[in-house]
Amino acid sequence: MSIIVNKETKVIVQGITGSEGTFHSTQMLEYGTNIVAGVTPGKGGQKAINNTIPVFNKVSEAKKEAGANASIIFVPPAFAGDAIIESANAGIQTIVCISEGIPTRDMIKAKDIVDEKNITLIGPNCPGIITVDECKLGIMPGFITKKGNIGVISKSGTLTYEAIYQLVQNGMGQTTALGIGGDPIIGTDMKKAIELFEKDNETNGIVVIGEIGGTMEIDAANWAKENASKPIVGFIAGQTAPSGKRMGHAGAIVSGGDETAKAKMDIMEKCGIHVCESPAEIGKKMKEII
Amino acid sequence: MKIHEYQGKKILSDFNVPIQDGYVIEDIKLAEQTIKQVQKDFQTQDVIVKAQIHAGGRGKGGGVKYSPDFKTALNHTKNILGMNLVTHQTGEEGKKVNKVYITEAFDIKKEYYAAITLDRSKKMDVFMVSTEGGMNIEDVAKETPEKIIKVWINPKEYLTDEKAMELALGLELRDKLIKPCINIFKNMYKCYKDMDSSLLEINPLVETEQEEIVALDAKFNFDSNALFRHKNILDMRDLTEEDPLELEASKFDLNYVKLEGNVGCMVNGAGLAMATMDIIKISGGEPANFLDVGGKANAETIKNGFKIILNDKNVKVILINIFGGIVRCDRVANGVVDAVKDLGLKVPVVVRLEGTNAEIAKEILSNSGVEIIPANNLEDAAIKSVKATLKEKN
Repeated sequence: MSIIVNKETKVIVQGITGSEGTFHSTQMLEYGTNIVAGVTPGKGGQKAINNTIPVFNKVSEAKKEAGANASIIFVPPAFAGDAIIESANAGIQTIVCISEGIPTRDMIKAKDIVDEKNITLIGPNCPGIITVDECKLGIMPGFITKKGNIGVISKSGTLTYEAIYQLVQNGMGQTTALGIGGDPIIGTDMKKAIELFEKDNETNGIVVIGEIGGTMEIDAANWAKENASKPIVGFIAGQTAPSGKRMGHAGAIVSGGDETAKAKMDIMEKCGIHVCESPAEIGKKMKEII
Repeated sequence: MKIHEYQGKKILSDFNVPIQDGYVIEDIKLAEQTIKQVQKDFQTQDVIVKAQIHAGGRGKGGGVKYSPDFKTALNHTKNILGMNLVTHQTGEEGKKVNKVYITEAFDIKKEYYAAITLDRSKKMDVFMVSTEGGMNIEDVAKETPEKIIKVWINPKEYLTDEKAMELALGLELRDKLIKPCINIFKNMYKCYKDMDSSLLEINPLVETEQEEIVALDAKFNFDSNALFRHKNILDMRDLTEEDPLELEASKFDLNYVKLEGNVGCMVNGAGLAMATMDIIKISGGEPANFLDVGGKANAETIKNGFKIILNDKNVKVILINIFGGIVRCDRVANGVVDAVKDLGLKVPVVVRLEGTNAEIAKEILSNSGVEIIPANNLEDAAIKSVKATLKEKN
C-alpha cells in the first residue's frame, strides 16, 4: 500500500501544453505515471507529448472521455485557483497543484470548495507526491527515491529531496513522499498526511519536515500525541531566521511566539516526536529508531 | 507589500471609512503653505505632524507630534522631515524620514483597535476589535486576551450585519454609534478583501468628542502574489523603504534576506536554504544571509547570486548547497566556475552538489582549475565553511 496515489491513479494534466506542463508530463510518463489526458482551454482536439496524450478544453470532458481520478496543475498562478475549482467541480478526487504564486484570496475560495466536496488537494506551490515505483504526481527527481517503508511529509521541495537522500544513505526506502507546500493556505496539511501514513500498513515510520510560520506543525504534533503509533522523526527549518522577515515561502514568516522553529520543536518533542536539531540528522535518527 | 499611512488612508477613504486626513510633503519648502492649507481645509488651528515610514511605533520614537499652532507645527515638521527615526520595528539603525503627513487633529474621547488578517489554521479571515486601542496589541493579547473580540468570516461572504454587530457590541459603544460602526467594519472588510490585503490594522480607531468614529492610523499589508490585479497598489511601492541588497536581488529573481553573520550561502529552495543556515549555526558559525536561487538556477543565476553575496562585506566564505531535482547540477557547476573566473575568488567557496547530474558536476569542478572546496554532504559543507572563516581570522 501507500497513500493518496498508486498504480491505479489515472491522471489529467491541467496546462499540459505549456512548457512546464510538457516537460514534467514527459518526466512523469517516464517514471510510469498513467497520464490519460491533458487540459488546455482552446486546445481541445490536439494531442500533446509527441502526439500521445489527448488534449481537452475542459476537465469535465477529459474526465468523461478518459476516465481520470486525479489531476495535476501547471497553469499560471493567476488562473490556478480556478483550475483547482474546475477540477473539483468535475468530480476529480485527488488534485495536486504545483503552481507557485497563487493569490491567497483565490486559495481561500478554492480550499473552501475542495473541503466541502471532501477532495484531497496537495499544494499549491509544492513538489507534489510520489509513491515509489508506482506513480509520480509532481516534479521531484524520481531517481533519488527507493522503495521501502518510510513516509515523508515536507513543507519544502528540496528539503524533501534531502530527507529522501539521507534515508536512502542510511539504508531506508520510502512508501510515499509528499511535499505539502509552504503557502499560507494549503490543501492537505501535516496532520492529515500523518493520519494517512498512520493508516497505511506498509509505512513503519514517518518523517515530517516543517518550517517557521503558522502553527500547522503544532496541530500535527498534538494529533500525533493522541493518535499515532508509528515513530515520527521531525525537523523544523528556520531556527536562525529573524522574526518579521519572510524566508522565501509566502507562509514562512514568524509573526507570533508559537511560529518560531524553537517553539515548534519544543512542542513536537513533548508530543513524542523525535526532533532533530540538525537537518543532517534526519536519516540517522530514523535509522536509530526503526 | 507595505504602504505608508497616508496611502492606506486614501484607500480606506475610497471605501467610505472616515479618516483623519491631511497632506503629505517631501520638501521642507512646502511646509508653511501645507500647514496653512490643513488649517484652512479642516478648519482647525491644531494639527498633527506624522513621519511616514514603513514601521510601527512612530509615536514613541518621536515621529508623531501634536501641534497646537502654526509655529509649533512648523518646528515639528522641520525636526521630523529628514530625521533618523528609531522605533522597536526599525532596528537600532533606524529609518530616514523622507515624507511627512500633516493632518487635522481631533479631541479624542476613546481609542479602539480594529484589525483583519488571515487565520491560517481556520483558513478564514479573522476580524478583531478591542477596547484597548492605542496600545501594543500583542501585549493586550498576552495579558488580557478576553479584551480582544474576534469573528471569523465565511469565505463565501463579506462581513455580515450580524457579525459586524457582534464586533460593535464588543466595543461597548453607545447606541447612536453602533450603526455607523457597523458600516465602518463592513467597509473595512470589503476594502481588505477586494484589495487582496493580508493585513489591515487601524490602531487607533477613535471616538471623537464630536461623537464620530474615525481612523487615526492605517496599516496595510498586501498579498504580493495578487498585485498583478491591483496596479494602483503597485504604484504605491516606496523603494526607499526596502533593503537595497534585497531589492537588487529581486531584480534577478533571487530571494535574498541579509543577516548578521559571515558565512554567505546560496541554496535552491526556501526550506533547504533555511536548513543550511541552521546547520551553519549548529556547526559554530553564523549565516550572513538567506538566498534561495529558486527552481530554475542556471549559470547566470549563480553568478548574480555571487555578486549579491559579495556585496556584503562581512562575508568570509560562500557555501553553495544545491540539491538538483529540476535544476541540473552540471549547469550549476559551470556557473560556479564562470563566476569564480569572472569575479575573482575573493573568499573561499565550499560547494555541495547532489541530485541530477551531480557526478558530472563534480568532475567539472575538479577539472576546472579554480580553487573550490568540495563537500560530500550537508554537514561536511557546513563544517568546512565554518573552518574557512576561522582560518581567515588567523
